[in-house]
Amino acid sequence: MAYSEKLLDHFKNPKNVGTLDKSSNNVGTGLVGAPECGDVMRLQIQVNDATGVIEDAKFKTFGCGSAIASSSLATEWLKGKSIDEALAIDNMDIVEELALPPVKIHCSVLAEDAIKGAIADYKSKNK
Amino acid sequence: MNKKLIYLDNNATTPCDPRVIEAMTPYFYELHGNAASRNHPFGWRSEEAVDYAREQIANLIQVDPKEIIFTSGATEADNLALKGVYEMYSRKGNHIITLETEHKAVLDSCKKIEKMGGEVTYLKVDRLGRVNLQELEDAIKDTTILVSIMWANNETGVIQDMKAIGEICARKGVLFMSDATQAVGKIPTFPKEMGIHLMAFTAHKMYGPKGVGALFVNRKNPRVKVTSQMDGGGHERGMRSGTLNVPGIVGFGKAAEIAAKEMESENQRLAGLRDKLEKALVDKLEETYVNGDVDNRMAHVTNLSFKHVEGEGLMMTFNQEIGVSSGSACTSASLEPSYVLIALGLGDDLAHSSIRFSLGRFTTEEEIDYTIDQIVNGVNHMRDLSPIWEMYKEGVDLDSIVWEEH
Repeated sequence: MAYSEKLLDHFKNPKNVGTLDKSSNNVGTGLVGAPECGDVMRLQIQVNDATGVIEDAKFKTFGCGSAIASSSLATEWLKGKSIDEALAIDNMDIVEELALPPVKIHCSVLAEDAIKGAIADYKSKNK
Repeated sequence: MNKKLIYLDNNATTPCDPRVIEAMTPYFYELHGNAASRNHPFGWRSEEAVDYAREQIANLIQVDPKEIIFTSGATEADNLALKGVYEMYSRKGNHIITLETEHKAVLDSCKKIEKMGGEVTYLKVDRLGRVNLQELEDAIKDTTILVSIMWANNETGVIQDMKAIGEICARKGVLFMSDATQAVGKIPTFPKEMGIHLMAFTAHKMYGPKGVGALFVNRKNPRVKVTSQMDGGGHERGMRSGTLNVPGIVGFGKAAEIAAKEMESENQRLAGLRDKLEKALVDKLEETYVNGDVDNRMAHVTNLSFKHVEGEGLMMTFNQEIGVSSGSACTSASLEPSYVLIALGLGDDLAHSSIRFSLGRFTTEEEIDYTIDQIVNGVNHMRDLSPIWEMYKEGVDLDSIVWEEH
């Protein structure tokens, strides 16, 4: 299976790998997948209280190259977006950008779920 | 990319030995006859070549040349043995016993037999991948006609106690078949010493060409017969019709001859390289586990799990240069990891974290040294990215987390 250049670049030089303080009120964490399924994605956003803009995003992913590239790309896209703009990110945008093959579409779904999970966590902390 | 590629996936297929290719070459053009053409020199010469190859192969496994039935490969030989015995002996019974860890060629043939009205018992293996002999004996009943147990496993290299299994089958009066695809040409495989009545194997796992395999069928004490699954001109004593693949068979014969001669020294060399690879990775990378029975294992195989690293992702860190395979089936639609490793009692997570290294005749020490460095870098890279490795390092009990399975 040949992967796209963009996918390989995100895999080899992943952007925004790391951990934000999950106990902080302006950090939202999404943890999706399961080790038994071969994919676990943790995606975190840090939201600026004053502006409501996502000012930082970090991820760590256990999974195949497509899962890692999908989460790396997602963090890139999240930075600078408002919560509403972030919610509009669709998994098919990721599929297209990375040219994911059909068997890897679930990786993009996982990334979208992780984004939604992180936002839900942030919102529950800031009702 | 002019870097040399490193091939450590010899259980998938081996390269053709140049000596094999040399032996085969004349049989594509100069000596192109059909071995079944009885009326001219073209046919005679091809028949002679097939006879000679049959002897070379019979010599490797110490059987009579008449007991070798050529097929298109081990999958066909497995199908012929299982379905052929089931049809031939259906008057005696309909029960077959096999293992959960068999190759799909055996398992799917058994599934088909179940649809045809047969009954199949799939025995479990222990944590080392070995069959429990008492469980096997207890599973044999009046209607049992065949026990089918692979000689060596393709994923782990684990070797079964063929002699003890053969004794049980002899005592109980049932036929014993073995898928010996991974074993023949790699370790001594003498079916008559083990009480094996049918044995499937193939050329392309022993440095021969793809597309040619064989089934050994015992001719005396007992005389075993199988119902043909391919009907036509009545080749191979009526058990497998179809024009013989003469160049392939010639290559198969040459590969068998080389294997018989070089197996012992080759195994010593490969065991040294395999042990070096395995030891280095286990020493340099914490939480690395060897899968399967290390005391009963082929010399060229090691199957390792790197905890909290997903196998396919790991492979992507080095697969531009190094070819191995993983028990993580992330590319398949099912997302199911290796059923063989699951049968050994590995959790799904460790099965997803597994890599099989299978060395071969052309593997060099330099390649092993380079591979060690690449795997160590790859595992460390993947662990830096892995949230569950981070949790594990922080002492989080991963079993306590409610995962969102998808």
